Amino acid sequence: MKTLALILAASLASAAGKTVTIKGSDTMVILGQRWAEDYMKSHPGTVIQVTGGGSGTGIAALINGSTDIAEASRPMKAEEKASVKRKQGKDVSEIPVAQDGVALYVHKANPLKKITLAQAKRIYAGELTQWSELGIKLSQIIVYGRENNSGTYAYFKEHVLGNQDFAPEVLSLPGTAAVINAISKDKNAIGYGGIAYGKGIRAVPVGNDEKSPALEPTMKNVLDGSYPISRALYFYTAGKPEGEMKRFIDWVLGPEGQRICGQVGYYPLKKPSKP
Amino acid sequence: MRTGGILSAEKAVEALIRLSAFSAILGLFLIFVFIGKEALPVLTSPEARKEAGLSKLFLPQEGPRPYSWQPVSEIPKYSILPLFMGTLKVTLVAILFAIPLALGAALFTSEFAPDWTKELLKPIIELLAGIPSVVLGFFALMVMASCVQDAFGIIYRLNAVNAGIALGLAVIPIVYTMADDALTAVPKSYREASIAMGASAWQTASKVVFPAALPGILAACVLGFGRAIGETMIVLMASGNAPVMTWALQKPVRSLSATVAAELGEVVVGSPHYHVLFLIGTLLFVFTFALNLFAHWFVRRLQRKILGAA
Repeated sequence: MKTLALILAASLASAAGKTVTIKGSDTMVILGQRWAEDYMKSHPGTVIQVTGGGSGTGIAALINGSTDIAEASRPMKAEEKASVKRKQGKDVSEIPVAQDGVALYVHKANPLKKITLAQAKRIYAGELTQWSELGIKLSQIIVYGRENNSGTYAYFKEHVLGNQDFAPEVLSLPGTAAVINAISKDKNAIGYGGIAYGKGIRAVPVGNDEKSPALEPTMKNVLDGSYPISRALYFYTAGKPEGEMKRFIDWVLGPEGQRICGQVGYYPLKKPSKP
Repeated sequence: MRTGGILSAEKAVEALIRLSAFSAILGLFLIFVFIGKEALPVLTSPEARKEAGLSKLFLPQEGPRPYSWQPVSEIPKYSILPLFMGTLKVTLVAILFAIPLALGAALFTSEFAPDWTKELLKPIIELLAGIPSVVLGFFALMVMASCVQDAFGIIYRLNAVNAGIALGLAVIPIVYTMADDALTAVPKSYREASIAMGASAWQTASKVVFPAALPGILAACVLGFGRAIGETMIVLMASGNAPVMTWALQKPVRSLSATVAAELGEVVVGSPHYHVLFLIGTLLFVFTFALNLFAHWFVRRLQRKILGAA
């Protein structure tokens, strides 16, 4: 009984000393949780708490000082970095931790073989509205996307639309899973989302332009940078990471952490970078 | 001494329950003040007014899309008219679907159904109100959307009709319960008099009982309308959330309430976008409040008229 109490007290004390909180991107929440679980297994006494909510939520929490690490699937904006500096008095450290590709999905019965970035842009800007214009015997293109609070939305808007506005007819859904589910029930649909697996859908190979080859969002293509729409996923901290936080981030960037990226469907960084 | 103790205890209890009654008013007031305070910068702060002034919210803008809700953009666009239109469209579909069904059911259970049928039907219809709206929304998204799409031959799977019908399912029990109560409250002597004059059961129900219960029935409809305007989760899940400026029911819609729910979690606190979302909240609040107030006033007026005439 006494020993149990001692162990409890000891673990409580160590937990109180070494808790790292992570908050942010819904894209990254599973990745963060896997990292946390494996890290806690090999480093007993450290508690790592991971919550989602979205890149913006994580960054807001970093600004308020209510999280140690913000996970974000988009680069932080200059005004957000300035807010951290103002509120926390520290410069933001930006640490790329994994790579992700954004896939364009269609219904599995859709025979579309290739899509170029220019075509995707015209579809999402509302200029290309009929499948027949792409040589497909279907009617109107039903365009699915993400809500404007999503890092994927921001990324797609910047890289595919060149910061042009989405057409008002784009249906917005919460989460890649919702987009995939909607497309699987809609043969006229197209949608974008993080690379994932799902029944009833197919990722269309994407080409930079008419001449360049269309590439599938595979590990190889994302890693060598040839897949046209891939992005980095980030950790953000206020100030340089120190102590337990630094040990955790080093571990994430090391071989074990990067191996987990691959296991949950993302891609490791080309070469591990040090914060 | 002892009675004095009991008396003071009674006083304390009375004060407590009075407080709990008045706390509702206090709560309402505080909510309004807080939401209004966060919405006010749209009118007062020069920074917010430059980006999202009232003219930008309500008037057509230059460019190819005069009414555009694109708050996350290099040049944010905050036209809330497509959102108003979305809310109105979904609400209208919900009302058109729910009110005839609910009133028909209420007329049946209060006037025509034998006791055992009524005792079976009433709790089951009211149970509809107990289904969490997120469950109704999920059902509409996964199952109903495909059925509605096939039935009406609509190209968009998620559209105003689908969201409206799902919303109607949430409105039915509210309208039904109040309408049934209003019909049941009509004095029995009205029915007896009507039947004694040789009227049939249907004539009694439609020409005597229904008109007598009209104030309560109208109140039921207005409350159902209010519920439909404010409901968020069903619309968020079943409507497709595209801010399209059109009256076409087969297009997807983005409602006011769903916009607040989808965007508030991520918005930069204190930005014009943040204040506009609170302005939308304030408008929804004022709108449902005014609607309820109007319903109350209208019902009272009608009641006096009917009673005065009777």
